[in-house]
Amino acid sequence: MKAKLDEIRQRALEQIQASDTTDKLNEIRVSILGKKGELTSVLKSMKDVTPEDRPKVGQWVNETRAEIEKVLEESRTRMEKAVREAKMKSEVIDVTLPAKKAEIGHRHPNTIALEEIERIFIGMGYEVVEGPEVEKDYYNFEALNIPADHPAKDEQDTFYVNGDILLRTQTSGVQVHEMEKGKLPIRMIAPGRVFRADEVDATHSPSFHQVEGLVIDKNVTFADLKGTLAEFAKELFGEETKVKFRPHHFPFTEPSAEMDVTCFKCGGKGCRFCKGSGWIEILGCGMVHPHVLEMSGINPEEYSGFAFGVGLERIALLKYEIDDMRLLYENDIRFLRQF
Amino acid sequence: MNTALSWIKAYVPELECTDQEYCDAMTLSGTKVEGFERTDKNLEKIVVGQIVSVEKHPDADKLVVCQVNIGTETIQIVTGAPNVFEGAKVPVVLDGGRVAGGHDGSPLPEEGIKIKAGKLRGVPSNGMMCSIEELGSSRELYPEAPEDGIYIFEDDVEVGADAVEVLGLRDTVFEYEITSNRVDCYSVLGIAREAAATFRKPFCPPEVKETGNSEKASDYISVEIQAPELCSRYIARVCKNIKIGPSPKWMQRRLAASGIRPINNLVDITNYVMEEYGQPMHAFDLSTIAGNKIIVRRAKDGEEFQTLDGQMRKLDSEVLMICDAEKEVAIAGIMGGENSKITDDVQTVLFEAATFNGPNIRKSAKRVGVRTDASGKFEKGLDPRNAEAAINRACQLIEELGCGEVVGGMVDAKSPLAELRELPFEPEKYNKLLGTNVSEADMLEIFKRLEIEVVERDGEKKLIIPSFRQDLVGMADIAEEVARFFGYDKIPTTLPSGESTNGKLSYKLRIEQKARDIAEYCGFSQGMSYSFESPKVFDKLLLPADDELRKTVTISNPLGEDFSVMRTISLNGMLTSLSTNFNRRNKNVKLYELGNIYLPKAVPVTELPDERMQFTLGFYGDGDFFTLKGVIEEFLESVGMKNKKEYDPNAGKTFLHPGRQALIRYEGVTLGYLGEVHPEVLDNYNIGTKAYVAVLDMPAVVPFTTFDRKYEGIAKFPAVTRDISMVVPKNVLVGQIEELIAQRAGKNLESYKLFDIYEGSQIKEGYKSVAYSITFRAKDRTLEESDIAAAMKKILNGLEQMGIELRQ
Repeated sequence: MKAKLDEIRQRALEQIQASDTTDKLNEIRVSILGKKGELTSVLKSMKDVTPEDRPKVGQWVNETRAEIEKVLEESRTRMEKAVREAKMKSEVIDVTLPAKKAEIGHRHPNTIALEEIERIFIGMGYEVVEGPEVEKDYYNFEALNIPADHPAKDEQDTFYVNGDILLRTQTSGVQVHEMEKGKLPIRMIAPGRVFRADEVDATHSPSFHQVEGLVIDKNVTFADLKGTLAEFAKELFGEETKVKFRPHHFPFTEPSAEMDVTCFKCGGKGCRFCKGSGWIEILGCGMVHPHVLEMSGINPEEYSGFAFGVGLERIALLKYEIDDMRLLYENDIRFLRQF
Repeated sequence: MNTALSWIKAYVPELECTDQEYCDAMTLSGTKVEGFERTDKNLEKIVVGQIVSVEKHPDADKLVVCQVNIGTETIQIVTGAPNVFEGAKVPVVLDGGRVAGGHDGSPLPEEGIKIKAGKLRGVPSNGMMCSIEELGSSRELYPEAPEDGIYIFEDDVEVGADAVEVLGLRDTVFEYEITSNRVDCYSVLGIAREAAATFRKPFCPPEVKETGNSEKASDYISVEIQAPELCSRYIARVCKNIKIGPSPKWMQRRLAASGIRPINNLVDITNYVMEEYGQPMHAFDLSTIAGNKIIVRRAKDGEEFQTLDGQMRKLDSEVLMICDAEKEVAIAGIMGGENSKITDDVQTVLFEAATFNGPNIRKSAKRVGVRTDASGKFEKGLDPRNAEAAINRACQLIEELGCGEVVGGMVDAKSPLAELRELPFEPEKYNKLLGTNVSEADMLEIFKRLEIEVVERDGEKKLIIPSFRQDLVGMADIAEEVARFFGYDKIPTTLPSGESTNGKLSYKLRIEQKARDIAEYCGFSQGMSYSFESPKVFDKLLLPADDELRKTVTISNPLGEDFSVMRTISLNGMLTSLSTNFNRRNKNVKLYELGNIYLPKAVPVTELPDERMQFTLGFYGDGDFFTLKGVIEEFLESVGMKNKKEYDPNAGKTFLHPGRQALIRYEGVTLGYLGEVHPEVLDNYNIGTKAYVAVLDMPAVVPFTTFDRKYEGIAKFPAVTRDISMVVPKNVLVGQIEELIAQRAGKNLESYKLFDIYEGSQIKEGYKSVAYSITFRAKDRTLEESDIAAAMKKILNGLEQMGIELRQ
């Protein structure tokens, strides 16, 4: 019996050795281990073995089966691996062929700059709000301490619809709308389109965008204005950016200032970009004029605040080094694709 | 405003700083320096030389050979200038020196021109004699310079001296940007006062002495103000025995540096005082003033008047005039009249220094069509007290410069001068507003420098505001003065300390941000176009004459017709942008825009218009109607609009292809439209290919949007799919079939999908083949054949009623 089993095993191993496909391995499995296979028929002949020998023979049979199965499995794994490798070898690609891109569109540089600004101020707790573009004279001028005779109201600067209705020349009117809501404290920015009667050229456009900012609360100081805008400049132009506040005049703030930032091209050493000064003018700001607070129903003895206004195109032109403002409104796809 | 630093230093004698230090310090204290330029730029090694001899050049008719004494030696210079003569003192640039420009006065080269010794037609020349243009200036500013030739000095100039210094060119001209509230700084004295305060140096304004003979001005002239609302003060003084001649060089130089052309002593004195005090003055020839009387009154409507530049000016009753007993003699604050102007043989001069209503002067200057240096100053609103100081200064100069004899006294017609403003001293409030801790003593010291007087009254300190500081009205104004001289840079930087607030975008802006995201994911780039356009746009878009969209918000003072109406439809901007791209041969251009249209509530406009945000998409190139439809649906689904979007082909848009347009509807509400652009409109915009546009009216969209999301579970039970293939009359829209499926398939309907549509030879005339795949699924069980059969039967019955045949 033992000899027979050894012979089966030996033959099986030789056949496996000689096989070169998994199909042949299957044939071997069936012919030896299958229902009608040789090893199975040995088991079937167990009835001829004496009862005391049966356990020993049974063990021999099982050992033989286990060994053949093991070798079969090993061979199969080896062959499959070889096949897979051969297949992959034939599937080599040129990885330097061009990428297949989904053609994604591009945001307008104004919007990219605006979203940067929004991100910074939202992080500081500001709400982004809007106001009307066609506006009442009161909100654009009078409530901002710009009286009827002020030169800023001249027709040459302002587009009028009629005596009382105009295209807003600044987003500052949104300050008044927000203050009139009577909900304090206020921390808001208001981006939007503004209009001035400037002929179109490389640095002027009759329609452009501003971002207005307003904070009203108890104990708001000029120092807070400086700190907030210095933080803004660092976020927008980089950690190294320094700011400089120069006294200026706006009718609706007092004290007022203009803020310069260190030139982001030369870092403040002076270059052609900043006309040698090392500084670039970025925005106007100031403490909300007590008279403006009063007109909007806020008690200036109790509350104070600051406001600022940024020209969005100015930021976009500077930040992305765009040399002609007209490009922003032509919508040439070759321009837009660069952002 | 441009002023030489030397003029400022005349009133701040201790001021010592470099040009850059001056620029920086003044800018930081609030007098912004726009730029500065040295007047001796590129002028090197230039001395006063005296011509010893002039001889003919041996080989050139137009050249002469000069021996020139330059103090240390005598050098030979060859020149072609026609005006040299023996004994003349001239500017000489030596070998290795530099001049600013050429003698023809063309624009100055950045680096100037280097001068080297050399030979002219074989004769050595060791330098160059200079014209005024070569020295970087002009005959405008140096009227004594000859028209064509070398500048000749006066005889008392020392040979060998620094010629640049002698010409007054060792100086720096600063250009200031003065803010509109600082009327006082539109003057040399105003800036000098700021400079003194900035550098903490004494301010020494000119000492104005009482001038005049024993006569009385009131014997020569009387003044009557008939329009006190437009003229708060009118001072007249008289000077007689006028001797017209050139003004002294120092005065000419200062005027020249300010960009004012020296003319003669009388004119120069008025210009000088205008620069110095910021108070314009006017000089009349008294002999032309009828009745020895000045009347200040409004002009008559329709009247005409010849100004001293010879122009006829049309007047109206808003324009203030200076008149004598019989006639107008000047437009107040703007320009004098031809009939009273000073000529070279003037004997007696009437000086005027007045204070006019600023806004009125500004409007009048515009009305009569001439803006002068004087009107530019008056329109800012001048200090009536300054008029008196200025006219006395002018008379003093007349006397000092020997220009005439000043008649004693003045005629001063005025409304009562306002009391000097008094403000409380509130140091805590200043510090609280600024976030600083400036001491009272430091504040008081700053006020002193600014000539703000501090008095004690009832135990309280009061600030007396000088009359020239009409801008200081309240606490915040004083706080700014403290801040300016404490230093904006020394104010600490802090962040607001109040209760925290929630930073966010408004809901509307969040939806717009989503629209941008989706449009860009779908390949569309963001454009921006103007809010105003030409009314001709409506014709380009083929809108009927009575279309509502032709009712616009119209700008009364537009830049031109092309910018004259606020858009009521967003397509013109989009089509113009597509056209720009098409004509620049850009391929496959996809654009979107988010911008307002402006719909008037009434015409003419009486209230603010309805501003409606439009999400506009447009493209040409790869894709079709359904590409755009896909973008619309992607967007709507991204903002939570999961229900069926309906499309009505009867959109009625004149600018779209009649067979390829649709209104977009959601739950019965029209959100916008899309379609292929009408071929005629394409022609109108010069777009030589098919283009597609879509517009969503965002105020209609926003109410349906939500960012709420709920997990509905993943289906556990299997789906059953049935395909149906139909032959459909052509006029039946697949939308109708879908509507029927949705209505009849019952609650187990999961989805339906069009998988084939075909028109052609295999299908009978007037029909199309349409195939749908319908999927059913129940949430709680596996569907049985009978469920599906019942649902399908209902669908098929419905289809039959629509005249649809099933294909086998």
